[in-house]
Amino acid sequence: MKETILLIALTLFMVAIAILLYRVIVGPSMPDRAIALDTIGVNLISAIAIVSIMLKTKAFLEAILILGILAFIGTIAFSKYIERGVIVERKGDS
Amino acid sequence: MSVKEILEWVAILLILLGSIVSVISALGLIRLPDVYTRSHAASKSSTLAVFLSLLGAFIYFWFHDGYVSIRLILGIIFVFITSPVAGHLICRAAYRSRVPLAEGSGSDELKPALYGGDSVIINTDESLNKESYPQ
Repeated sequence: MKETILLIALTLFMVAIAILLYRVIVGPSMPDRAIALDTIGVNLISAIAIVSIMLKTKAFLEAILILGILAFIGTIAFSKYIERGVIVERKGDS
Repeated sequence: MSVKEILEWVAILLILLGSIVSVISALGLIRLPDVYTRSHAASKSSTLAVFLSLLGAFIYFWFHDGYVSIRLILGIIFVFITSPVAGHLICRAAYRSRVPLAEGSGSDELKPALYGGDSVIINTDESLNKESYPQ
């Protein structure tokens, strides 16, 4: 019974990621795609927590932290690129 | 049922609730009209979804294995710090790269402050303006 409910929750997260993939592909502007990719990263964090409960292991809990950090840095890089056109600014530029 | 079993059920129901909130957030990202309203759906409700599911995983590991996981608490705190920052940065980048507002928005007061000129009233329907901003 518990396994079934966890499987349903995992399926709902995958449905949410599939819906967000539509926004990544279709999205009319670049910030739409960046927002959808950020939300996909956040949903993957929850999916990893559920997988780690279902497999009865604690080894995946580090992956939660790593994925959170990577999703945040990716979003920052995307928004800087959209706003300025460069990601790493130097003093001699512009 | 013992206390341990009851708390495990509470944890699993929290995870189920988090997944339902996540699907609602994804539907908001599909249905809302422009990027600014979509960031509202993306940052707030998906943060609530990840909070509920990570809290459920924390309670489950605590009462099933007797293992208090610091990493899950750190994950919750990290998502709560970074998600509003990311939403704000993307909205700022979207406005500065001139993504248009949706039809039916009110007035745009940031535009004269940034680019000069008068404040643009986007919604030209007089009756709707009177309803939303009573004098």
